[in-house]
Amino acid sequence: MNVIAKPTLLPWAPENTGESNAAPAATPARARGPGLFEHIFLPARLAWRQLRAERARLFSAMAGVMFAAVLVFMQLGFRSALFDSATRLLTAMEAELFLMNPLTVASFRPEPMPRVRAHQALALPEVAQAVPVYLAQSTWRNPEDGSRRAIQMIGFDVEAGAMHFEGLDAIMPALRRVDAVGFDTRSRPEFGDVGRLFAERGPFEVQVGNRMVEVAGLVSIGPSFGADGNLVMSEVNFRRMVRERQASNTDLVAIRLQPGADIAAAQARLREILPPDVLVLTHEQLVAHERHYWETATPIGFIFAFGSIMGLIVGMVIVYQILFSDIANHLREYATLKAIGYSNGYLARVVMAAALILAVIGFLPGAALCVWLYDVVAGATFLPLAMTFERAGLVFALIFGMCAAAGLLAMRKLRDASPADMF
Amino acid sequence: MTDPISISGLNYAYGEGELRRPVLRDVGLRVHAGEVVLLTGPSGSGKTTLLTLIGALRGMQEGSCRVLGRELMGASERERVRLRRSIGFIFQNHNLLGFLTARQNVAMALEVDAAVPERERLERAGAMLAAVGLAGHEDKPPAKLSGGQRQRVAIARALVAAPGLVLADEPTAALDKVSGGEVAHLLRDMAKSRGTPILMVTHDPRILDIADRVVSMEDGRIVEAAVA
Repeated sequence: MNVIAKPTLLPWAPENTGESNAAPAATPARARGPGLFEHIFLPARLAWRQLRAERARLFSAMAGVMFAAVLVFMQLGFRSALFDSATRLLTAMEAELFLMNPLTVASFRPEPMPRVRAHQALALPEVAQAVPVYLAQSTWRNPEDGSRRAIQMIGFDVEAGAMHFEGLDAIMPALRRVDAVGFDTRSRPEFGDVGRLFAERGPFEVQVGNRMVEVAGLVSIGPSFGADGNLVMSEVNFRRMVRERQASNTDLVAIRLQPGADIAAAQARLREILPPDVLVLTHEQLVAHERHYWETATPIGFIFAFGSIMGLIVGMVIVYQILFSDIANHLREYATLKAIGYSNGYLARVVMAAALILAVIGFLPGAALCVWLYDVVAGATFLPLAMTFERAGLVFALIFGMCAAAGLLAMRKLRDASPADMF
Repeated sequence: MTDPISISGLNYAYGEGELRRPVLRDVGLRVHAGEVVLLTGPSGSGKTTLLTLIGALRGMQEGSCRVLGRELMGASERERVRLRRSIGFIFQNHNLLGFLTARQNVAMALEVDAAVPERERLERAGAMLAAVGLAGHEDKPPAKLSGGQRQRVAIARALVAAPGLVLADEPTAALDKVSGGEVAHLLRDMAKSRGTPILMVTHDPRILDIADRVVSMEDGRIVEAAVA
């Protein structure tokens, strides 16, 4: 072996390679220099540069994520609109406590309870009012074309102030008249354009069930999945229209407490004095009970959750495909990076960063599109669809998770990038 | 022990059991400080496998291989990744990242050590590109450069981090005679001026003149070590 004269300080000398006694000195410098920022930012920048280089691929990935975001937004929007609208009637009630038959599963199909429980509740000094509420469905004949359709009737003491619907105060005196009803102008259009007719003619007669009643005014409640439209009326008019009901039964009792009374304590005392044939519920519990019915006893909640999951899976497959083919097409480049000293962890961060960049740039237009779509769909279905920050946050978290999962799957392909095959 | 490469008794085989096929048998090789060594030999003689073992791109099986003072036998993946950072690699194809400019490609060799600030990375990359004669081409993507220019960028990338060793695999194979010769001489001159040793696998007889020493391999053995 021939030996060449050695220069004084060799480039591969331990002092220069960071080995031996030079190593302890190099370690603190390394620890101080690259922070968490470089740890994340540099791979992310590389990922972005790579994504940006191929516009067509980037746009298709963006469209995929956007599609998933829109799908999930719509499913979750419908789901929450369902629950909001299903409980809208109950939400509008202003009482603190409610009595209900334990067998009632949903407000549109109530089980009757003894009306006398309302009077018993009045025994407590903190109870100011106990108002029976009657619920029934009947049919409404469209005053324009004569077609019939099921409608929800709500009968109660309109002057007790236990219910608060928009427009109710104004028509209170009119509702005292015999066979007078207030029509919900947010009912579906199949009931006829009652608002316009009322503006033109003033109070007019329509057929509800087998009886002619007078539309004496308009309120605003909104349809739900259980009922397409609503009619409000006084207790007495309700009994006139629903003849087969016994006067001694009611469907719900709304209890208003004295100002400043403790709701939980009043609930406990009512529970003590009332027989077990009624439930004593707070307003939240009543709404939650109704919501529970829609969530569990019907497939509707499941359907929307299922739709959301399908959207996420489709989105994940799209993102996975994009990332996977990106890695496959750039395998040589990834292998080169490995050869020049980039670790598997660094490249994994590049792939994850690409996934998360796709999540962000797909989510933002998706969310914007959904704000508009919610408006369109709300106009067509009369369901309360609106973008909320909570839902936007939730969907972003889901999309983010979806992209991260796709990234993790695609990362396995990185193992195929073997630097030993580069030569 | 200051030789940048020092190999003894190295054996390597592909496959398992019946299919086991030895490619390197009892290889011993030293590359000294600042030396340019060419490794030649017919296809399948094991040159490239030897180069990947020295470059810590592959795990060792048997024998001893010290590169830049570190024993590779039994080295972990993590240790090998660290060692690769002090080696400059030049591949047969330039293997530049297509979505980065020439300057960014060169800077990638510095980005692996995040302690170097961004501004310094780009400055050093620009200076290195100027040194390989590519001043004015810094912001072009590889697709807009000629084959010889791309290989110059690859040389700049290999040298910018001041490696202790350069490993090259047929860097002129994809180039015509003129640019191949230019690239080979450029690489030699750059390495010599920095005192960096080069181990280059090549079939190309046109560039043998850059070598201090030519090592021939056949059937997994080193058969001849001659001074060119």
